[in-house]
Amino acid sequence: MNAVIEITRATDGETETVARAVYEHPLPVRICHWVNAISLFVMVGSGLQIFRAFPSFGAKIPQKDLLNWPKAFAIGGWLGGALQWHLTFMWIYIATGLIYLGYQIFSGNYRQVLFTHRDLPGVWPMVRHYFFFGPKPPLREAYNPLQKHAYTSAIGLGVLSVLTGLAVWKPVQFSWLAWLMGGFHWARLWHFLVMWAILAFVFGHLVMVVLHGWNNFVSMLTGWKKDPEY
Amino acid sequence: MESEDQKPQASGAKEPAESVGPVPGAPEAAAPAIVPAEALESKSDETKASETKAAKPAVQTTTRPQMKERAFAQVSRRELLKVAPVLALGAFAIPSFQESLLKKGLGFSDWMSARLFRREHLATTFADSELTPFEKFPINGYDVDDPGVIFENWTLTVSGAVQKPGDYKLEQIQALPRVRQNTRHVCVEGWDVIGRFGGARLSDFLRMIGADTSARFITVACADDYYESLDMATALHPQTLLCYEMYDQPLTRKHGAPLRLNVPTKVGYKQAKYLTDLKVTNVLDKVGYWEDQGYSSFYGL
Repeated sequence: MNAVIEITRATDGETETVARAVYEHPLPVRICHWVNAISLFVMVGSGLQIFRAFPSFGAKIPQKDLLNWPKAFAIGGWLGGALQWHLTFMWIYIATGLIYLGYQIFSGNYRQVLFTHRDLPGVWPMVRHYFFFGPKPPLREAYNPLQKHAYTSAIGLGVLSVLTGLAVWKPVQFSWLAWLMGGFHWARLWHFLVMWAILAFVFGHLVMVVLHGWNNFVSMLTGWKKDPEY
Repeated sequence: MESEDQKPQASGAKEPAESVGPVPGAPEAAAPAIVPAEALESKSDETKASETKAAKPAVQTTTRPQMKERAFAQVSRRELLKVAPVLALGAFAIPSFQESLLKKGLGFSDWMSARLFRREHLATTFADSELTPFEKFPINGYDVDDPGVIFENWTLTVSGAVQKPGDYKLEQIQALPRVRQNTRHVCVEGWDVIGRFGGARLSDFLRMIGADTSARFITVACADDYYESLDMATALHPQTLLCYEMYDQPLTRKHGAPLRLNVPTKVGYKQAKYLTDLKVTNVLDKVGYWEDQGYSSFYGL
């Protein structure tokens, strides 16, 4: 469970409580979050530049381009440069993921994020609230069931992005991984699709961050969330 | 149901007895370590004060630790500073650092690639029915599609750490046991095809020329001025071929006749065409045409 404090103000000798604060995000989680935000940005940008070299998932002859991704939204400038970024930041991305998972598991903090069967009954009321103007279900912990679902899925997508990436990078040495995905050719498509799934999560995540306001945003910087809903 | 959903939430600030939060100092809470000493001191004073006021000893068990606004601001700032090391990644945005950092990252990837390479692990082979038709096998020359090799005069010039240096004729290479394999050819650009390749194992040829296989590299030079290098482990891999056939036919000019490399454990640019020279060496003054422009040196698949 998270530590809770009351923030007080002394006026005329009287001490009054002005806010509550909950320690939601331990330091390792915050550092991993921001390092990951940066490496994800680089991985997507350089990945799209790599994709520009062969923007298709079909045959080379004849080549039918799927989409011509604009160079302005890519990192690295050319294929070789993008590969340098991709092959550098993938280690940061993987290391961050491993540190995060290790910390969550050994500290027990994963309970705050992990979507389990106990969260199932809360899913529908939350969906109704977000998408169908339903009443807001009371929040009893840091994350509501839909949030947990989103974060748990995002972590799963992160794992998949690494596995599909390894199959693209080393289809011979990790031939079993490539085989699971239908061979190098399909692994490349899976890697691409996982990226879009992650981007969809990031989009939703950013929208919610904006909607939830300043205190919520600051909590990922300082760990403390002022005046939480619960 | 609706009414339950809309049940007003307990506002913690007004009800210290509300049981949502844990008792401070609960075993696994990371926070107590963060509360600064002065805040703890003032806290105990205030706790006492509130106890006296409330005059209810039972409240004591559920009272949360308190912190003055200013102390909280201090704690927040300190916590914010702890996240600052993330900004170290900003070094990648500084042009003068960027190049060397990326070079190190690529170097680490290559080092890891070499560790991951397993000499006995074979690349997947495919049935004839899975082959990409020959006419759909891309021709990727960096410069010209045909450097105009005169076959009658062609030899492979061998030098370096070998017992029998000199010029080798194609017939001598073809006299070695012929291997034919259907393997995947992966281009660094992302496309891939399955081709049928035939030739002599490079390891057999290295034995024939008495190569020192404890040397680190094989380098090749090509008729079109392309050049490449292979690590010795890959050179000795059973699927690494001095390739003189594709699809059971003599290599065509556009595919690198009379001799090219076929290395199913490496990316396409490693598989040089129009070979003219082969050297066994411990030192690389240059790695390869593309590598020297910034591509991965090892690029094992």
